[in-house]
Amino acid sequence: MTKPAYEGKQPSFFTTNAEFIVRSIRHSLRNVETMIMAIVLPVMLMLLFTYVFGGAIDTSGNYVNYVVPGIILLCAGFGSSSTAVDVASDMKNGIIDRFRTLPIHSWCLMTGHVTASLLRNLLATGIVILAALLVGFTPHADVWEWLAALGIISLFILAITWLYAAIGLVAGSPAAASGYGFALLFLPYLSSAFVATDTMPSWLQGVAEHQPITPVIETIRSLLLGGAADEHAWFAIGWCLLILIGAVIWCTWLYNRRAGRR
Amino acid sequence: MGLAIEVKGLYKRYGSHEVLKGMDLSVAEGGVFALLGPNGAGKTTFIHILAGLLRADRGIVRVAGYDVTMEKLRVKMSISLTGQFAAVDDMLTGTENLRMLGRLNGLSAAQAAARATELISQFDLEAAGGKRVGTYSGGMRRRLDLASSLIVPRPIVFLDEPTTGLDTRSRRSLWDSIQALASQGITVILTTQYLEEADQLADRIAVIHEGRIVASGTPAELKARIGEEVIELLNEEGEVSHTLTTDGTITSIQDQLLMLAQQAPPNARVRLRSPSMDDVFLALTESADSNSNKEAKRA
Repeated sequence: MTKPAYEGKQPSFFTTNAEFIVRSIRHSLRNVETMIMAIVLPVMLMLLFTYVFGGAIDTSGNYVNYVVPGIILLCAGFGSSSTAVDVASDMKNGIIDRFRTLPIHSWCLMTGHVTASLLRNLLATGIVILAALLVGFTPHADVWEWLAALGIISLFILAITWLYAAIGLVAGSPAAASGYGFALLFLPYLSSAFVATDTMPSWLQGVAEHQPITPVIETIRSLLLGGAADEHAWFAIGWCLLILIGAVIWCTWLYNRRAGRR
Repeated sequence: MGLAIEVKGLYKRYGSHEVLKGMDLSVAEGGVFALLGPNGAGKTTFIHILAGLLRADRGIVRVAGYDVTMEKLRVKMSISLTGQFAAVDDMLTGTENLRMLGRLNGLSAAQAAARATELISQFDLEAAGGKRVGTYSGGMRRRLDLASSLIVPRPIVFLDEPTTGLDTRSRRSLWDSIQALASQGITVILTTQYLEEADQLADRIAVIHEGRIVASGTPAELKARIGEEVIELLNEEGEVSHTLTTDGTITSIQDQLLMLAQQAPPNARVRLRSPSMDDVFLALTESADSNSNKEAKRA
């Protein structure tokens, strides 16, 4: 044997996760185009809605306050969607075979992708909020309300990222993953993100009021701008946890099924 | 000496397509073992089952003495796999790849860093170690891929078509690395569709054809199977127009030459040579084909 100095053993669960998280963060940092798109696009949309459509939607001139919570979620959706592509690429590339022959739980690869997505998205959310403040967003929230809003946003990012990770596993290729993921990005438009739901036709109101995005947006809105959040908050947390748990289970099942056959 | 690989009655199908149809194989520890076969013969499927990436439908598979389904962790600790597609991370640098895999193989951060540096220089990647793998040439990727398999010592190393798509020079340098592994006492199991490669590298060869092992032995034994000496009949341009196998005895060569003398023009030239792996391979797979044709006819 070569060098008994390098005795291989099973790395700890912590080391395994840490390595995969570092790997995914490096990927995110080096994938400059994706990173820029995930930040620039929501900011552009915010400017578009505030300055172009805003006047027509809300003639009081206060539309920026209404639209920011929705833009934050839209931003999270865009930012997380690249997880589907990243996961699909790993599955297609031979590297998954290498990871699966190591003495580790190779599923931790997923934690790496999800954690990197969370960090990436929190950064993007921060930038979007800063940009919003520059164009006239005037939140009324104390530290606890900000923290609560951040908590809800993080929970939403986690839930949707796991969902995108599962989509990445379902898709046969990175291109397909990108395509499937795109469909989810329409959900914020069918919610109270841009217009109050009571302005929609009644059949659409039903959809818009009962889909997961609306309570999350309403919760963030009331936390940052004042107003009672209670009922929306429970629905928001419930939806996010439901999606999160469902997506993690789906991911695990898919991973065990998918990883073996390329 | 123990067995590195022990396979009995291995079956694997994808849907209605039966890839492995009852494989039996024993590989002793040490040396280079080549699994030789054409595309689609089931080589990769077989290696993936040995490495625990795929589950067998039926059969006993033991690697380094451990059952691949029951003792997964022990098998993982005994093997490394270099697949057909270079399993390296394009977005990371060569050094980062090796360090990450070092950590995932249980090395401390310092050990992983030291080992990465060692391997980078051992595989002649010093200039490229700090560059992203996405910028590497095919040969460099393969070298890094092989280096990734050697971070911690494993008694068994699987190499799935390690030289496919490489130019001659890169191929030779990879062959040297493979021989170096074997000389350290590691059992190298490689698949290849190149007869030359099996002949050059392997101590023992098994020929796989349509999901079955059709022959196994040392290169010399396999060559002996189809005869000792081959008579090549040359045409006017000096190209081989026909080959005849003999058992190497004077009588056998004389018989074949007499037959040739009756059929070929009197001034035709002949040449005598040892059988190549190509002759062996064609003879073995043709006989396997005609056997299965006979079976089909009987059925």
